[in-house]
Amino acid sequence: MKTKNLLNLIDITVSFEGFLALNKLNLNLKKGELRAVIGPNGAGKTTFLDVITGKVRPTKGEVIFKGKSLVGSKEHKIARLGVGRKFQSPRIFENLTVKENLEISVTTPKSPLNLIQKSIKDEQLNEIERLMKIVNLAQKVDSKAGSLSHGQKQWLEIAMLVGQKPDLMLVDEPVAGLTDEETDLTADLLKSLSGENTVVVIDHDMEFIRRLDSNVSVLNQGTVLCEGTMETIQKDQKVIEVYLGRPED
Amino acid sequence: MSLSKIKFDKKIVLSFWIILIALIIAAPTLLPVFRLNLLGRYLSLSIVALGVDLIWGYTGLLSLGQGIFFALGGYCAAMYLQITSSSEFPNNIPEFFALYGVEKLPFFWEPFKSPVFTFFAIWIIPALVAGLIGFLVFRNRIKGVYFSILTQASLLVFFNFFNGQQKLINGTNGLKTDVTQLFGQMVGSESMQRIFFWITATLVIAAWFFAKWVVKGRFGNILIGIRDDEPRVRFTGYNPVIFKTIIFSIAGGLAGISGALYTVQSGIVSPQFMTVPFSIEMVIWVAVGGRGTLLGAILGAVFINYAKSLVSEALPASWMFIQGGLFILVVTALPEGVLGWIQGDGPRNLLQRFGLKRKIETYPSLEINNKEQK
Repeated sequence: MKTKNLLNLIDITVSFEGFLALNKLNLNLKKGELRAVIGPNGAGKTTFLDVITGKVRPTKGEVIFKGKSLVGSKEHKIARLGVGRKFQSPRIFENLTVKENLEISVTTPKSPLNLIQKSIKDEQLNEIERLMKIVNLAQKVDSKAGSLSHGQKQWLEIAMLVGQKPDLMLVDEPVAGLTDEETDLTADLLKSLSGENTVVVIDHDMEFIRRLDSNVSVLNQGTVLCEGTMETIQKDQKVIEVYLGRPED
Repeated sequence: MSLSKIKFDKKIVLSFWIILIALIIAAPTLLPVFRLNLLGRYLSLSIVALGVDLIWGYTGLLSLGQGIFFALGGYCAAMYLQITSSSEFPNNIPEFFALYGVEKLPFFWEPFKSPVFTFFAIWIIPALVAGLIGFLVFRNRIKGVYFSILTQASLLVFFNFFNGQQKLINGTNGLKTDVTQLFGQMVGSESMQRIFFWITATLVIAAWFFAKWVVKGRFGNILIGIRDDEPRVRFTGYNPVIFKTIIFSIAGGLAGISGALYTVQSGIVSPQFMTVPFSIEMVIWVAVGGRGTLLGAILGAVFINYAKSLVSEALPASWMFIQGGLFILVVTALPEGVLGWIQGDGPRNLLQRFGLKRKIETYPSLEINNKEQK
């Protein structure tokens, strides 16, 4: 069973000076799956991503990705193994152009020697073209990324994530601050990515999660409260208590 | 929108270079010996400034310890010159050793008998030391102000070591080069100084092209990425430690070349090259000239130092106030430095303030650069 999963989180506990950000969290992801993770503020959603990407080392527990443990590996090693991450607020390189941002993401191998000796490969340039078309930034190729609108920045970061060709994409609040139309497009984009890629989406926006039409894991107080389709979790009494029952803030 | 985006006519660029090269060739006949020597020294300082711009302007590493590498380059050059000119002194070793009763050449002087070794040592030794210090610091993810403090502390360690070792490298007195011989000529002589000036001018241009080559393309973009958002670079799969170590090492090598050229033109290398204020001045040249512009670093180093000598001749003791004022002015009014200000919207905004130019109503990029509207 376990070998079929792309990612296994086993009994992950993260303690920040006694405060348990994650408490015996277990989560399994199959290859090609699209998974939404929701939970109230402070439930440990971002810490959960930090553990997978190597930013935070779990106090206890194991992270198994493609059959290998990720615990203790450096961030860039984990990224090269095929874990890509999109941050909560768009984090792109504002002083570089759209194209330069994408170049950074599609370049392989990511060694200084390769970067300084060789120019970018043709297939990578084609990939950049393709990505810019997908996220509607083809006309902004040479604009500074800092001059883009908030929505465009979010999309540029998603395009950078895709350009990395990760097996596992971790997407943290991709629709924060987007218009309804942009939100819908983002949902469609993420859905189209799953299947080939495994995607984890973290968000608050219930409409958006519903549109993703995927399995949902509900986090609360650092542990998985409930897992299932949107319909199942909406009926779950515990979930209603901690999350859905409250007015959204 | 900005000067950098205006495409200069090829003929203009070509004639600019012809004039520049003509000026460099003619400088020794146009300038009195004293002024020429000063210009040569300040040009050599612009090479260390280029290194500061690479690590600070592009990569965001504010090093306050570039004096270490600068002095190391200077010492390498001076040790070679002292040894080759020591045949008439007792034991065939440099004269100062006799003062401290040293009869045998310390072991690390031996390789400096070779001009070939010295030629490489001048830039490789500082680059290796910088690479080693850099790697240890960057691997432990020390950055920001802690990095600056650490580089300054290293500077003090090196300063105290060199200052105290009379028996090894003449301690606080330093090593004189102006009375030594190079290829049968006195280093301090007019004809040698003229050659050093030309070598310096050539190397400044070479260093400038080298630095431009380093920061162009994806390698330079990663450096900028590290400066602006290092964790993001890491999560994209790059190892910032290696990139930072490489660029810090390059800056160290440039500092070494700079120090060697400065030493042969000022006639002495001493631990004074490793004082705290001197390394901070290097940062000021780049800040005033314009961070991340490369050309700004060169212009900043040359003009500030020239101003320093002119002001000090006219009004001794007033320079420190002017330098401090200059730094405050740049930090408060021109955070991008003079060249950064010119390349940005600075001149336009100034003209507007005096009513000489129409105010922009929307985004400047839209009004000036119509292309972006389409």
